[in-house]
Amino acid sequence: MAESVVNPEGPHGEAPEGEATRRDFIHIAAGAAAAGAGVMAAWPLINSMNPAADTLALSTVEFDTSKVAEGMQLVITWQGKPVFIRNRTAAEVQQATSVNLSDLKDPQTDTERTKEGHQSTLVVLASCTHLGCIPTFGTGDYGGWFCPCHGSHYDVSGRIRKGPAPINLVVPEYEFTAGSTIRIG
Amino acid sequence: MTQFLHKAMPLRKIAVAVLAFATLSSPAFAAGEAKHPRSGGFSFESPFGTHDQAQLQRGYKVYREVCSVCHSMDLLSFRTLGERGGPFYDSHAASPAENRFVRAIAAEAQIADIDTETGEPIMRPGIAADRFPSPWPNRTAGAAANGGAYPPDLSVMTKARAGGADYIYSLLSGYVDPPAGLRVGVGQYYNPYMAGDMTPFWDGDPDKVPYGGFIAMPPVLSDGQVTFDDGTVASVDQMAKDVAAFISWASDPRATERKQTGMGVLAFLAIFAGLTYASYRKIWKNVAH
Amino acid sequence: MSGHESTYVPKTGVEKWLDSRLPIVRFGADYLSLPTPKNLNYWYTFGAILSICLVVQIVTGIFLAMHYQPNTEMAFASVERIMRDVNGGWLIRYVHSNGASMFFVAVYIHMLRGLYYGSYKAPREMIWILGCIIFFLMIATAFLGYVLPWGQMSYWGAEVITNLVGAIPLIGEPILIWLRGGPAIDNATLNRFFSLHYLLPFVIFGVVVLHLWALHTAGQNNPVGILIPKDREKKDTVPFHPYYTVKDGFALILFLMMFAVFVFFMPNALGHADNYIPANPLVTPAHIVPEWYMLPFYAILRAIPDKFGGVVAMFAAIGILFVLPWLDTSKVRSMRYRPTMKIFYALFVLNGLLLGWCGAQLPDAAVVPGMPSFTLIDGQLNSYLWLTRLSTLYYFAFFVVVLPLVGLRETPLKIPLSISEPVLKGPDAMSGAVPASAEKKG
Repeated sequence: MAESVVNPEGPHGEAPEGEATRRDFIHIAAGAAAAGAGVMAAWPLINSMNPAADTLALSTVEFDTSKVAEGMQLVITWQGKPVFIRNRTAAEVQQATSVNLSDLKDPQTDTERTKEGHQSTLVVLASCTHLGCIPTFGTGDYGGWFCPCHGSHYDVSGRIRKGPAPINLVVPEYEFTAGSTIRIG
Repeated sequence: MTQFLHKAMPLRKIAVAVLAFATLSSPAFAAGEAKHPRSGGFSFESPFGTHDQAQLQRGYKVYREVCSVCHSMDLLSFRTLGERGGPFYDSHAASPAENRFVRAIAAEAQIADIDTETGEPIMRPGIAADRFPSPWPNRTAGAAANGGAYPPDLSVMTKARAGGADYIYSLLSGYVDPPAGLRVGVGQYYNPYMAGDMTPFWDGDPDKVPYGGFIAMPPVLSDGQVTFDDGTVASVDQMAKDVAAFISWASDPRATERKQTGMGVLAFLAIFAGLTYASYRKIWKNVAH
Repeated sequence: MSGHESTYVPKTGVEKWLDSRLPIVRFGADYLSLPTPKNLNYWYTFGAILSICLVVQIVTGIFLAMHYQPNTEMAFASVERIMRDVNGGWLIRYVHSNGASMFFVAVYIHMLRGLYYGSYKAPREMIWILGCIIFFLMIATAFLGYVLPWGQMSYWGAEVITNLVGAIPLIGEPILIWLRGGPAIDNATLNRFFSLHYLLPFVIFGVVVLHLWALHTAGQNNPVGILIPKDREKKDTVPFHPYYTVKDGFALILFLMMFAVFVFFMPNALGHADNYIPANPLVTPAHIVPEWYMLPFYAILRAIPDKFGGVVAMFAAIGILFVLPWLDTSKVRSMRYRPTMKIFYALFVLNGLLLGWCGAQLPDAAVVPGMPSFTLIDGQLNSYLWLTRLSTLYYFAFFVVVLPLVGLRETPLKIPLSISEPVLKGPDAMSGAVPASAEKKG
């Protein structure tokens, strides 16, 4: 804008109409620096809304899965969200592994969703992949979970079988650190 | 050219005015003055200065083994020790929380917690995310154990005292025997760097009231009290200097990042100012004013 | 905006459509093309600098409020958490805390500029009065904000300042308790102060809009202090953009450089160390001082031996600014042509600095240590108490004695006819020059 307003003849455009506007490097450079300053000033403000260091420091949690009785689940919190830790019976594991993958909306085997040697332990985020409600334990048509909000049915491996949810309950990143203890995150 | 100088004048006046305003903010000392702190010759005091990591590690050791017996540092987390610029920063660690030194230091601490199953209060080893535990269950307990004077929290101590790190260094290494004629109360110690007014306690020449004030903290440092891992001789002066550096870092862990950002910002603004001035001259070129 | 015909011509169909429904583009274009006297110096850039200060304070404040906890148990630690753990939080907080000081640096220069060039005189009284309202709101906002970190100075500053209200006879005490939400400064006080601290900047923003509206109605003053006749507009003015956008921009960058030196290299230099000690209702700091920008008014408060009298004097020191346009009897706006007034003005500025200095001293301390002194009424003559009183006296005398009297008695210099014509062009050029009274009608 500046370069077109500046007029060699004077401030009020007394010069003849239609004079060609000269691209003036210095005005463009100053304008670009101003734009750059604006962006650089905005970034710390935007970034301040990202998780703070103390929040990030709590991003891992350790848990001893032997505390969960067979056939039951415990709910722990990780990053402020609930996580299901389910100790499945042999029958439930059998039921989960015998499912035909072609019957699944989001095909995944049970072994992909558990750790080797710890197949009875299932760790999934406790939020329905539809819109985030917490599914209830041991209900629904497939013996896993049922989400009361919009009627999604999950099986004992946490896979979506019926209802509006698009994908299986999410298995977070975790590993067995020592014996039955897991570290999530 | 003279015209240009004439135009630059108002800016110089602004600068002078600002300086004058700035000096106003420094408050006066009370009638009795504290001795002006000695300089600790700290590496971090200049605009480009950074913390000396070895000094911070020694300082942490002094804090851990001496100060933390009485003084809390409530706002410090173990993970902060492993942040960039911190005493135990390790460029190989993926994050401060996974820094092995930080994990080891945290695990030494016992943190009060609640058992997740039974609800019983328990003590567990610390993790990187934990804050430094306080030596006292509460403020009153801390005061009661120290003759009524609660040992102040050290989290922001260099920001909370005029003189900053130099003051802490001077205070810790500056205990002297009270001059003859000064009445020192029970449970109090004389320190020339402490703020206060000695006039009411002075029996000597009223025109020669000694510097300083009374402090409830006894002189705690003695030569060789701490064994430094890097072989530095642990003199009182050295320990006072190192712990002052550590507390200074802890009071403002972002200071180095702040100064480095500042250099960049000023460099950018200088270029920006130059460009804008050139643009200004060009735009105003044909206007007589 | 009157006094300036709109030159905006909508080009595209969309612009025409919008212009006949909500002429916001026209509004902006007219603002940018406003004819502005071409002789404005750098002192005139502080208006633009102040508007940026306000925006910086509001924006950083909004982001700080996302992390701050207005609770007595958590406030101090939450501010430190911002400084340690929030991404870039130290920057936002230091910009905000030092920004308050920068805001006052700029506003004092802006006000003194207005005083020097007579920018408060007809027809610009409303601009000045609205500016005084902004200044008063700024003081209130700064005070409320200073309480939020809940340090020792926050707490005791709040204690002392709210107690001023208690000085009002009869109704003071109930109002004090109402203001604090209890018998002492506590959580209720902190919460309401946070709420009001968030609210007031938007009120300031509204008054700033009125301030600019009044400015564009009456027209910009200039260092010569004369109104620009319509027929000279083309010669004596330039469009605001790009002439003043670039000049204000340049001054702003220099200002930001000074701002940056404080933020990045001495962020706590303008504050008091005691405010990094968490608030303790049981221990008063040895020496309570307000932030530097309040010191002159704090000095006036302490100069008066009576509690209520002190409060009245302090508010009168701000209140008197509102009636300034009617205290000045001079027909000449700019002090450039008032040599006598210039001296009193310089004394007024120095006196303001002196008052600030006095505000930071203990009243009983000797001004010149060791100098012989005697007791005058209620204090040593050689003490800040009496120096402050003399200084306070001049502050008020400047408004109620100097401005009315000097205006009537002085002989101003000849004023040029227009801002384009230099003053020294020989006697012929000067023949038509008259004091500003004649051109008032124009």
